Amino acid sequence: MPNERIVGIDLGTTNSLVAYMEGDRPVVIPGEDGLNLVPSVVALDENGQIVVGSAARKYLMETPERAVYSVKRLMGRGVEDVQVELRLFPFRLADDLAAGEVLRIKLGDKTFTPPEISAFILRQLKRNAERYFAAPVTKAVITVPAYFNDAQRQATKDAGRIAGLEVLRLVNEPTAASLAYGLDKKNAETVAVYDLGGGTFDISILKLHEGIFEVIATNGDTHLGGDDVDNLLITIALHDIQGDLAVDVRRNAEIVQAIRKAVIDAKIALSSDEKTSLDVELPGGKRYQREITRAQFEQLIQPVIDRTIGPVRQAMKDAGLTPKQINEAVLVGGSTRIPRVRQLVQELFERTPHSGLNPDEVVALGAAIQAHILAGGSEATKEMLLLDVTPLSLGIESLGGGVVKIIHRNSTIPASATEHFTTGVEGQTNVAVHVVQGERELASDCRSLARFDLKGIPPMPAGLPRIEVKFLIDANGILHVSARELRSGKEAEIQVQPSYGLTDEQVENMILDSFDNAEEDFRRRQVIEARNEAETMLTALEKGRKNPAWPQLSSQERSNIGKFETALRAVVKADDYQAIRTAIDVLNQGTMHLAELMMESAVGTALKGQNMDTADVGEGPESPHPIAQAEIER
Amino acid sequence: MALTEHKKPEQPDSGILVVNQSRPTKVNCWSCGAMRAAHFCQECGKVQPPTPVDYFTFFGLPFRLNLEPEKLEGEFYALSRHLHPDINAINSDREQQWSLEKSSQLNDAYRTLKDPITRTEYLLRLQGVQLEEQSKAATEEARRTGKIKKQVVPPDLLEQVFELNMQLEEMRMNKKMGEPDRTLERELQDSRKQLQDKYNGLLQELQAAWNQWDGLIDRAEQGGSVLEEDRIAVRDTMVDVLNRRSYLSNLLRDIDEVLES
Repeated sequence: MPNERIVGIDLGTTNSLVAYMEGDRPVVIPGEDGLNLVPSVVALDENGQIVVGSAARKYLMETPERAVYSVKRLMGRGVEDVQVELRLFPFRLADDLAAGEVLRIKLGDKTFTPPEISAFILRQLKRNAERYFAAPVTKAVITVPAYFNDAQRQATKDAGRIAGLEVLRLVNEPTAASLAYGLDKKNAETVAVYDLGGGTFDISILKLHEGIFEVIATNGDTHLGGDDVDNLLITIALHDIQGDLAVDVRRNAEIVQAIRKAVIDAKIALSSDEKTSLDVELPGGKRYQREITRAQFEQLIQPVIDRTIGPVRQAMKDAGLTPKQINEAVLVGGSTRIPRVRQLVQELFERTPHSGLNPDEVVALGAAIQAHILAGGSEATKEMLLLDVTPLSLGIESLGGGVVKIIHRNSTIPASATEHFTTGVEGQTNVAVHVVQGERELASDCRSLARFDLKGIPPMPAGLPRIEVKFLIDANGILHVSARELRSGKEAEIQVQPSYGLTDEQVENMILDSFDNAEEDFRRRQVIEARNEAETMLTALEKGRKNPAWPQLSSQERSNIGKFETALRAVVKADDYQAIRTAIDVLNQGTMHLAELMMESAVGTALKGQNMDTADVGEGPESPHPIAQAEIER
Repeated sequence: MALTEHKKPEQPDSGILVVNQSRPTKVNCWSCGAMRAAHFCQECGKVQPPTPVDYFTFFGLPFRLNLEPEKLEGEFYALSRHLHPDINAINSDREQQWSLEKSSQLNDAYRTLKDPITRTEYLLRLQGVQLEEQSKAATEEARRTGKIKKQVVPPDLLEQVFELNMQLEEMRMNKKMGEPDRTLERELQDSRKQLQDKYNGLLQELQAAWNQWDGLIDRAEQGGSVLEEDRIAVRDTMVDVLNRRSYLSNLLRDIDEVLES
């Protein structure tokens, strides 16, 4: 048995989950609210505290400027790539963003990068797991869309680090799902995983063979999912409202959120019902009401779900397979609950798709299995091994802006390539290398990953230095580069400038920040708790004064209580935890006798037929202040 | 800053690579000291430090071009079970690094050898032939001078290619105007079929060259002598077949693009 608990995390666009392997079975770890899904919503409350999950949804509805959802869409992306997102989603970017800087999003009066916001979600999942195990959790496997590029993967890994998690592996979501499905499979077969989630679409074709899960081809769209269906319906609703009711609510963030909630509810209802209705209250007492049938809905969303066809065909072509050669098509992701989506998958693969496991949970369950394998595994996972691929080709910009591909898409990872470079000018000591990812012919059409400066080349005539650069894509799908000048044998220095990522130093600072904040959070929570305790005590004391036990106290006792009360009232509004604590303890001591007298009278009452439980309050060593009992007694 | 592709220096045209001088070496396991450790220790299972070897040697194979795909796949899976980073995730940093390098070597080797064409190209590269470099250099030269990249049209295709290019151009125009010409489409499909037959014929030629090559390897393995001119003759045949194949494959791709658009 592995001695270290490694959890599996599905960091989703809409919902996130944490799971782990309990014996031979992966299970999802519920949150404090008892629910398995943690909505991927983060908000900043009035006290400057971060709120995550269901609790943050309230802010999304009431104070949308303090909340953010679907932040996964912004991971590893530059400001110029997210223009479409900015039009469709209520992301508020920081006003002072410099060119080339990592995006920062406003939450109230603060700004955070997408990895930081994802880290808040991860920290919540970490806490949920720690509460469940009653032990610290520091290691995790996190899933990412298979079609995520290097920058998006790196951003996810950074988020883990910021949240205080060592990310042992990034696993592709459809591959993780296949692990969960294939746990009991021993036969060789070819499986297609169709994963349509909240914001991403992946298609992966796998070959299962004696426990080896070999991905043959993968494709997808990292900006296609349930969100797009919602946005389409929101746009239609806003258009309707403007046309029929002559109200323009597009700038009203709260109304837009109310419409968003209504269309999501309608979308979900239409997976089982033939028709449903939208009903949203608008400013000025007007209402937006509309009935929508499933047929209308399906017609509306057809263009969105048709966008999955191209990637599916390409993956099949890359795998060199026809639909007949696929043994099973598996559905993953909440959006595959839409009947029209299922029908499309059925048409594409010419068979009824398989959806035995909960499509919301299957990725997290697979991540838990992978975590278990990494930790050393057990009898249940002994034979299991994932062989995944890189979804996008890696290339180098050549003279004239073309791309020389050095690692092709669908290559099994880890994968490497070695390239040789030289100088073009006499005595040149630097060579610039531009690495890109993508399938297009021109570097400007591909995703820029990084620019490297090979420095410290010994001055030589042009063309003589021979610099060997090794590119290695690791099992997480993340690129590593190393270089050597062969003639001098000198390790060439590489300065990596990720095109869309945080530097190591920035990540370090964010980790520190979150630690500082954790302490600050703790201190603040302590003050708030002490203050609440003091308020409860003061209220109870007021009631105690009216209790028949009060006159039984000596005048000295009563005067002391009055003095201690004043002392507590003096510090209760201050931010000083120690002062409040001391004043509480002093008053606690001073009212001990009063509490005892009240207890006796309460016991007397109880004997006359009242509930003993009520009288019991305050007796145990862990009990609140004895005087609190008076409040309960009434 | 100028960035130029470095041309590999001419390798001496010697015949040494015909002889398989590279059986997997047996070394002591760094961890338990047992012998029989090439990629991983047979005794304790620990991954061993990476060594720079060619892809055939990595799999313990002779430099033969005919190989059984199922056997190669089986070997790939078996080695993956020892070398993959997932298997070594909780081992020391050093072992994790070795595992990363060795499994990337394994994957690169398997990817190259499992495909018949890349396998042949790789072997030719080991023989000092610079297939990609020739093509890359031509592309760079074309960019620099602004001329269209010269492709050597195989003589037997000259006439057909000339006509085909005209048809493709016409078809593109038709499609752009939204007036597909059914007759032209049928003609293109016919041409495609003819070219596909030629392509398949080339694969047979390649197979024949493979057999010749493997014959030389077998002779060398059994201690026989291999004439330098025999080796060069087979090698050059393969280069020629691959060049024609690449030309045909581009042509087929162009036709498919036009037909599918």
